[in-house]
Amino acid sequence: MSAAIETDVAIIGAGPIGLFAVFELGLLDLKCHLIDILDRAGGQCTELYPEKPIYDIPGLPIVTGQELVNRLLEQVKPFNPQFHFGEMATRLEKLEDGRWKLATDAGTEIIAGVVVIAAGAGSFMPKRPPVPGIEAFENAGDGVGVHYAVRKMETFRGKNILIAGGGDSALDWVINLAPLAKSLTLVHHRDGFRAAAHSVNQMRELEAAGKVKFHVASVKAIHGEPGKMTGVTLAGHDKSEWQQDADAFLPFFGLTIKLGPIAEFGINLHENLIPVDTARFESQTPGIFAIGDINTYAGKLKLILSGFHEAALMAQAAFHVCRPNEKLRFQYTTSSSNLQKKLGVS
Amino acid sequence: MKIIATDRNGKVHELEGRDGWSVMEILRDGGLDIAAECGGACACATCHVYVNDGWFEKLPAPSEAEIDMLDMALAVEPNSRLSCQVICSDETDGIKVTVAPE
Ligand SMILES: Cc1cc2nc3c(=O)[nH]c(=O)nc-3n(C[C@H](O)[C@H](O)[C@H](O)COP(=O)(O)OP(=O)(O)OC[C@H]3O[C@@H](n4cnc5c(N)ncnc54)[C@H](O)[C@@H]3O)c2cc1C
Ligand code: FES
Repeated sequence: MSAAIETDVAIIGAGPIGLFAVFELGLLDLKCHLIDILDRAGGQCTELYPEKPIYDIPGLPIVTGQELVNRLLEQVKPFNPQFHFGEMATRLEKLEDGRWKLATDAGTEIIAGVVVIAAGAGSFMPKRPPVPGIEAFENAGDGVGVHYAVRKMETFRGKNILIAGGGDSALDWVINLAPLAKSLTLVHHRDGFRAAAHSVNQMRELEAAGKVKFHVASVKAIHGEPGKMTGVTLAGHDKSEWQQDADAFLPFFGLTIKLGPIAEFGINLHENLIPVDTARFESQTPGIFAIGDINTYAGKLKLILSGFHEAALMAQAAFHVCRPNEKLRFQYTTSSSNLQKKLGVS
Repeated sequence: MKIIATDRNGKVHELEGRDGWSVMEILRDGGLDIAAECGGACACATCHVYVNDGWFEKLPAPSEAEIDMLDMALAVEPNSRLSCQVICSDETDGIKVTVAPE
């Protein structure tokens, strides 16, 4: 593991509000590191509605989710934020010098004066099929048991693989893994797929060539010892059931939002939201701020524009935590040559 | 107009529908545990319900977009629908739905 990173602010969540926080903190010379379990910035905007138009961003009569995120990324560029994508913030601990140490599941450690939780409704995680005892087969090791993503294709060589789902990920992995699997079975609830037409055609060709078996069915049970899966029970729509050998089960049903590890940070929560005051947007743990969809206060609206406002006020308060002996000057970006220098425009 | 909804614990709720609102909105406002993460944009499949007792056949057929999005739902059955795409009206008075497992 590499040495811990030291910075001013660690932000959990690179959704629109986490991104705008970088801007507001940057104007005050506070440097940020952001952690997001997704592999790119944008949170709900890019994950749930990249192509849909948003009409209530002040000054932007119409902007799609993806466009808004692109513009935010451009806006924060002068501040050179450091992103840690594909990582889950899992542990938060207070250090003796009053700063915080935030750790991720990938081993990254960030030491910061302030932690900003901009975690939305929580982190995006793969949907887990409602098969009894499925958890026991997760993290069973390379190429065996239940996997929600394929990291190394080679680990699945020579295995009996079962894939479930009908979207692009399911079909892409059918196509990619079929050549190296011992056997590959695809199950889906209907004989039709939302995946791209060319992927569906390729899958059908593999099926015709006997390289892939396809059933309109779902997984009812997993057999084997926890950690060592041997097969599954499949059920068709006519309720007929049969068993099949499988070393690995790969369900691809997209993502869902779960609060995740934040619940264990020891911060006061109210119905999975973080209560904050409306002057500082600080949680009941000093030094830990919460902005955007994750916070709650009287009159809260889960809107992007509200999150932007919260980010601006939070930044002022965070400054005083990080730089207790410095005075903060209120300045406009329009007229302050000091701010303009930071933005790289003067 | 009524909606008879069974939650994940098997408890039956009798809810008052509102003309033009989606069944998802009524379930959510009624306090049932339904994620509906995308708020009704047909983009998440976390508002999945089973439509029971012959009501499935009585509803207008699902759109192409809904059928596609159902591919991302878990434990889909022939009577599965995304409740954000089922709109309350006089025709749906008394509709019976069960919230699908998470
Ligand atoms: C379909 C739809 C349409 C919408 N339309 C509008 C609209 O028109 N106008 C409007 O103002 N708002 C709209 N919203 C709401 C808006 O998208 C949210 O208010 C906004 O995304 C909140 O931003 P956020 O940064 O607080 O959280 P999010 O966008 O939810 O981002 C949070 C990020 O934190 C990450 N995360 C959480 N926990 C962890 C962890 N422990 N470790 C690592 N990463 C973590 C998540 O993966 C996620 O990427 C809409 C929402 C939806 C779903
Ligand atoms: S609420 Fe997301 S698909 Fe219905």
